[in-house]
Amino acid sequence: MRNISAIYFKELKSFFNSPMAYIFLVIFSLINGYFFTQTFFLINQSDLRSLFNIIPLVFLFFIPAVTMGLIAWEKNSGTIEIMATLPVKDSEFVLGKYFSGLTLILVGIGFTLVHFITLASVGTNIDYGAVLCGYFGIMLLGAFYSSIGLFASSVTENQVVAFIIAISVVIVFYLLDKILIFTPAALTGILQYISVEYHLSNISRGVVDSRNIIYFLSMIWMFLSLTIRVVEIRKWR
Amino acid sequence: MIRVENLVKNYGDVKAVRGIDFEVNDGEILGFLGENGAGKSTTLKIITSFLSPTSGNVYVNDLNIQDHSLEIRKQIGYLPELNPLYMDMRVFDLLEFSARVRNIEGKAFKQSMARVIEQCGLNGVVHKRVSDLSKGYKQRLGIATAIIHDPKILILDEPVTGLDPNQIVEIRELIKSLGQEKMVIISSHILHEIEATVDRIIIIHAGEIVANGTSEELMSGFHGKTQLTLEVKNASSDSIQKLADTFPEIILTKMEPVNGNHLVMMEYDKNSDPRESIFNFATDKGWILLEMSLQKAQLEDIFRKLTIDGGADA
Ligand SMILES: Nc1ncnc2c1ncn2[C@@H]1O[C@H](COP(=O)(O)OP(=O)(O)OP(=O)(O)O)[C@@H](O)[C@H]1O
Ligand SMILES: [Mg+2]
Repeated sequence: MRNISAIYFKELKSFFNSPMAYIFLVIFSLINGYFFTQTFFLINQSDLRSLFNIIPLVFLFFIPAVTMGLIAWEKNSGTIEIMATLPVKDSEFVLGKYFSGLTLILVGIGFTLVHFITLASVGTNIDYGAVLCGYFGIMLLGAFYSSIGLFASSVTENQVVAFIIAISVVIVFYLLDKILIFTPAALTGILQYISVEYHLSNISRGVVDSRNIIYFLSMIWMFLSLTIRVVEIRKWR
Repeated sequence: MIRVENLVKNYGDVKAVRGIDFEVNDGEILGFLGENGAGKSTTLKIITSFLSPTSGNVYVNDLNIQDHSLEIRKQIGYLPELNPLYMDMRVFDLLEFSARVRNIEGKAFKQSMARVIEQCGLNGVVHKRVSDLSKGYKQRLGIATAIIHDPKILILDEPVTGLDPNQIVEIRELIKSLGQEKMVIISSHILHEIEATVDRIIIIHAGEIVANGTSEELMSGFHGKTQLTLEVKNASSDSIQKLADTFPEIILTKMEPVNGNHLVMMEYDKNSDPRESIFNFATDKGWILLEMSLQKAQLEDIFRKLTIDGGADA
């Protein structure tokens, strides 16, 4: 636990000592803000539904960008050799990295509370339950995509390659739901269960079923385990 | 104590380390010497658990690296080759991380930080970004992070390579002072960088150990030749040839006229010393010896010979 937190804080310090984190957060907020205000005033709704529709799209790029360097850069710069020779388990290393990436994502999500405050001050009849569920879903989604991004970052020492791998995997999960009409009926059930959208929309609608939560948690667990495996294999080159 | 047993490491088809055995004792400073690509870093990376061996074993205080990697890593401080550091952190933060990850907390934390900052002379740079440090200071910082937990074993892979002469002297002094109470392994491909610092030298060539001992032991076990240069007046080529015939251990390597005198170069086994006989021979013949100078085999020659000839002579 102590090792995870040491790595976690080290990572955050590196993040916030370089302009990267700030640039990411500003871009993330600007994009969300732009699209949100566009639709918000257009249809004059009293909820954040349009925000919750945009964020999954922005995440497709934002999360791979935030996570691409987490492990790849350690390999590229050689610091992985320091990390791997410290008395730290591979799982602790991966989790410390994971939580630091996730923190940046959550900070980004936190910035969107501005829109919630705007809504709360001008809107009437606000459905607070829907807002809560929406945020819950977005956080789970961020946690899921971060695990994919971290995995992609572990398989290469090139950040650009990590970014491309992450974005490809993330898009597959995102689009699965959209291609269901083209798939054979026998597969539809399985593909639907794997697709992100299916679970996310349930949660956002307020139908929080344990199945949906289990889906996200098991996906995160799977990608983190894969990442730990990849990190372990390094020794056997 | 570290014990390396029949260690082999292949990278695919590349045989980087081909079955080496050696031991390093507590408190000893060992120089691990070999030219580029000899297998030094590979061996050190295995001892520090960065890589797994293809076969063979390493024991650190009787714990085997395969089964007790974590325990062993706690006892070692390691400076990898090229000193990789987290460039976008501040010096203080990096030291703090190194301490936290070694479970150094509370009072011990403050003491450890103060100790390494003092020992490695980092006082003036604690709040700088790592990327802004000079090369010598980066090296000190790398060493500081490696000794923050006051390890019994310190492994430094080419700690002085690429530094300027003043920095080399500083780092060497630092290593020497650390070596007073620790086992230190330093690798290098330049003998004179470490010759003065180490207690014992292991020379590795093409993945195999070709020499292992103190510099005196290496010198005495080395079947090298001593070279002698003479400048003589009043000598004829024939009589000089006669000298070589009279003393069979002498091999003439060069004889040429210089300013009406003769310059003669010869070599003989380093365990014999025919200088007195040569002097007597010269006075008998009425030569005038203007110069007689000796070039003893140097450790450098041994190193060069072992690593060029593959140790055939050792
Ligand atoms: N990751 C790797 N993949 C493939 N071959 C490697 C790898 N690392 C090292 N080698 C090869 O293994 C051999 C030994 O390399 P090693 O780095 O151990 O040498 P070294 O003695 O440390 O040399 P140097 O003085 O250049 O640092 C070399 O032939 C090198 O090319
Ligand atoms: Mg090396």
